[in-house]
Amino acid sequence: MYIIITGLLLGGSYALIAMGLNLQYGVARIMNLANGEMLVAGGFVAFWLYTTAELSPFLSIFLLAPVVFALNWLIYRIMLLPLVRRAKTRGQLEVDSILATFGLSFVAVGLMLAVFGGDYFSYSYLARSVPIAGDTFALNRVSAFIGAAILCGLVYLWLNRSRVGLSLRAVAVAPESARLVGIDVAQRSALAFGLGGAITAMGGALVSSYLTLDASTGVIFTLKALIVVIMGGVGDVRGTIVAALMLGILETFVATVIDPGLTLAAAYGLFILILLFRPQGLFGRASA
Amino acid sequence: MNLSRDDIPALAFSALLLGLAAMLPLTGSSYWMGIGLSIAMFTVLSTSWALFSGPTHYISLATAAFFGLGTYTVGLGFESLPFWLLIIIAAAIGAALAGIVGLATLRLSGVYFVIFTLGLAELVRQLTTWVQNLTGQRGFYVLTDIGETEIYLMLVGLAALVFLTGWLIGRSRLGFALRIIGDDEEVARHSGINTARAKVLLFMVSGLVAAATGAILAPRYVYIEPSLAFSPILSFQVVIMALLGGPGRLWGPLVGVIPFTFLWEAISSSFPNQTTLVLGIAFLVIVYALPRGFVGLIEDGRHRLRAREGYA
Amino acid sequence: MKRRSVLRLGAAALAAPAIIPGRAFANDPIRIGAVAPKTGPLAGGAAVSHWPNIALWSSQVNERGGLNVGGTMRPVEIIEYDDQTNPGETIRAVERLANQDNVDFILAPYGTGLNIAAAPLMDRFGYPQITSTCITDQVVDLSGQFSNMFFLLGGATGLAEGIVSVLAGMRDAGQIGGNVAMVNVADAFGIELAAAGRPALEAAGFNLVYDSSYPLGTQDLSPVMRGAKDAAPDAFIGFSYPPDTFGLTEQAQIEELEVGAFYTAVGASFPAYAGRFGPAVNNILGAGGVNATSEAFQAYAAAHTEVAGQAPDFWASAMMYASLQILEAAIETVGADREAVSAHLKETTFDTVNGPVTFDEHNNNPEYWTVGQWQDGLFRGVASTGREGAVDAVVKDGWT
Repeated sequence: MYIIITGLLLGGSYALIAMGLNLQYGVARIMNLANGEMLVAGGFVAFWLYTTAELSPFLSIFLLAPVVFALNWLIYRIMLLPLVRRAKTRGQLEVDSILATFGLSFVAVGLMLAVFGGDYFSYSYLARSVPIAGDTFALNRVSAFIGAAILCGLVYLWLNRSRVGLSLRAVAVAPESARLVGIDVAQRSALAFGLGGAITAMGGALVSSYLTLDASTGVIFTLKALIVVIMGGVGDVRGTIVAALMLGILETFVATVIDPGLTLAAAYGLFILILLFRPQGLFGRASA
Repeated sequence: MNLSRDDIPALAFSALLLGLAAMLPLTGSSYWMGIGLSIAMFTVLSTSWALFSGPTHYISLATAAFFGLGTYTVGLGFESLPFWLLIIIAAAIGAALAGIVGLATLRLSGVYFVIFTLGLAELVRQLTTWVQNLTGQRGFYVLTDIGETEIYLMLVGLAALVFLTGWLIGRSRLGFALRIIGDDEEVARHSGINTARAKVLLFMVSGLVAAATGAILAPRYVYIEPSLAFSPILSFQVVIMALLGGPGRLWGPLVGVIPFTFLWEAISSSFPNQTTLVLGIAFLVIVYALPRGFVGLIEDGRHRLRAREGYA
Repeated sequence: MKRRSVLRLGAAALAAPAIIPGRAFANDPIRIGAVAPKTGPLAGGAAVSHWPNIALWSSQVNERGGLNVGGTMRPVEIIEYDDQTNPGETIRAVERLANQDNVDFILAPYGTGLNIAAAPLMDRFGYPQITSTCITDQVVDLSGQFSNMFFLLGGATGLAEGIVSVLAGMRDAGQIGGNVAMVNVADAFGIELAAAGRPALEAAGFNLVYDSSYPLGTQDLSPVMRGAKDAAPDAFIGFSYPPDTFGLTEQAQIEELEVGAFYTAVGASFPAYAGRFGPAVNNILGAGGVNATSEAFQAYAAAHTEVAGQAPDFWASAMMYASLQILEAAIETVGADREAVSAHLKETTFDTVNGPVTFDEHNNNPEYWTVGQWQDGLFRGVASTGREGAVDAVVKDGWT
């Protein structure tokens, strides 16, 4: 029981880290290597608001989301759309977006370094224990998990119930056909990219209440997010959530029962095994 | 073997360039040796990477795994075995791992292959770290007299081998098969090409070379630890340089690596406080200004030159 | 073709410096190179312990007119490079500093791996390398190969034995029992400390009830802390790096780990650590330490806070500053002559913020702090290999 709850809590963090990237890659077709930097930036803003104005990270996400959405929307319109228009094939776009977002991640690290400095930023928020099913858990992790659940649930409902959400899914599945039925693909992609960025930054704000970050740590989260998204299958919210929870539970199981030294090895091992047996990820479409 | 009329001057020219490269130590400047070393290292890594990824369009982020294994081979065996033997062992390990991975990933395509190789690199790093911790093995110290001149010359030699291999592949049936796979894998399969064998062989070449490079460079780093030997940034750097050059041609990565190394050096020395920021901006400028990499730039220039000559 | 122009450029670059050293008029600055991470995995630590000290020292020296070299006051000019926590870049930066910038001295890089990577070049170019963040048990081999390499911060064995001796003292005083839980981060430094700690614990008669490692970058340490707690230890040792030092402490607080001694390694001496955990930090043990109430340290901390806008940490910061003080004293005594400075370093006792420092026959500073403890808002040294001003370790009583 302890393993399952701790694993779910950890999996919730992974879902927060990866959900935004899934939208950005699944719909807007941009493999965003600057994803982790957006997360760290969100974490820093939460840290700054908490230490200067004592604003809870759970409130600062509401300030953060519109700003980051606008920023990412602009990044897509100004920087990435020309690449999408220029690319003749899917492969060409992949190469170009890897190059461009790799550059973007360097720029982001440089900017954060200039603005925040290179120091670690960490603060103590809700670092209390909360009893669940006879065990104690960290309140900040439990709260972040609830936040993750709400966020993922909203994204899932929105994609599956609303008109805009459906059109996003149409773009994700078949951009060419979506254009034929009158969907403005560029506009929808920008929307998805902006939304993905906003979700990532909100995730950053939530995880900053228990993780210690600095300007250069983004790459760790990018790697994790890529693994989770690919394992779950591109363009499917359920896949990301299931993959994140699987990784969380597996890591906790290995840490508790076998050896904490093998947690990450086990996680990558699982990832590799899943891809070997399901080359499109858990929920991926064969044609993707 | 048939050498066509174009081949002989091209080969002679390449040999001349290599000879010139090998003469760099004569300048006696450690600074330029350092830059030369960096160029040689990334030329070897990017060119061998592009041997596989150029024709097949498969982007591999596993370079760090092979490189780190090579470094560790030297770190582990350094006290008991001669250095040259360790390089060969490292190369064999790299090729073997690449072979296994190649066979396992045949069904993966596109971005799934990219991230698979990334996950693989991290898995290898985690397992290495775990074993090191289990045995209580402290950090490896590679204390030798092997200086940068020897390392540089070994890398230039390796580069010569890589170019020769690439050239021979380009002329062989294997190269022909690869080009068809790159154009359309279905067509290749239907025309009786063993696509699996071709891809795995090429991937083994790139794994072998990356491991050998890691082994050769181990004495330069002196202290071998997982976070430095398996740094994922290396995989990205190799991809970026090859793509900036143009992975479609054998000499493409080279024309990416050389200007890029100088650019990197200029930025590192001129903007010590904003190195990362300025590097990022430089990446972006290159991506937007040179859509087809440096190869595209050179070929456009050639076309223009030829067109002008035609009108004259 | 490009190669050839490179050669020509190289030749020009070689020829140029031959002319410059001739002009040594008054107030000609002493050029000092500095290379360390500003980005990458070690950037967070370097931003606390390394870079602020360079800013502090150069501003102090230049404020009083510069270094007194043979009667001439020469200001110092710092040339900084970011190595991105990449040993290849560290090496390149050292080459650049030595051959292009022609600096008079190069400050030792940051961290064990990067320092050792730079050592062969520093040695070849004849630069003294006074390391303040290079922790290794290979001092004898390294200084044997690189005769200009000096070590201030101590070795892994010394640090590990330090905490074991503190625990033994507490046990013998009847303050804690004999069961110890030990965890370590699976990276070079954590592995070395754990490997040294195991036999030391055994030799001191402790019972190791939990012993495990976790990978660098682990995001959830609750299973680790949980495992440690289930083993019901009397003392907890975590040979950790900064992000997980914070993570382990927070988990211990949440799980209310009841131990009489709680130790984490790198990062426990950071001001941000105390800032995050507030009063809960009281009586936490950690690697390093300083004589925090000494006049020298107090004055240093005040100047550091004023110039750098942040307080120094209570371990490596002061040692980094000490390395600059040593360099300064050596230059003022024998002049800006690298060989003479190296020779002088080996035979002199230097007065530093950490007290007198004398290098032994292996260029090692044998007297260093090994364990500190947070007591009333200061991280005070409780164990050392011969430093003055140690206070007694106090039993940790709860997390509030």
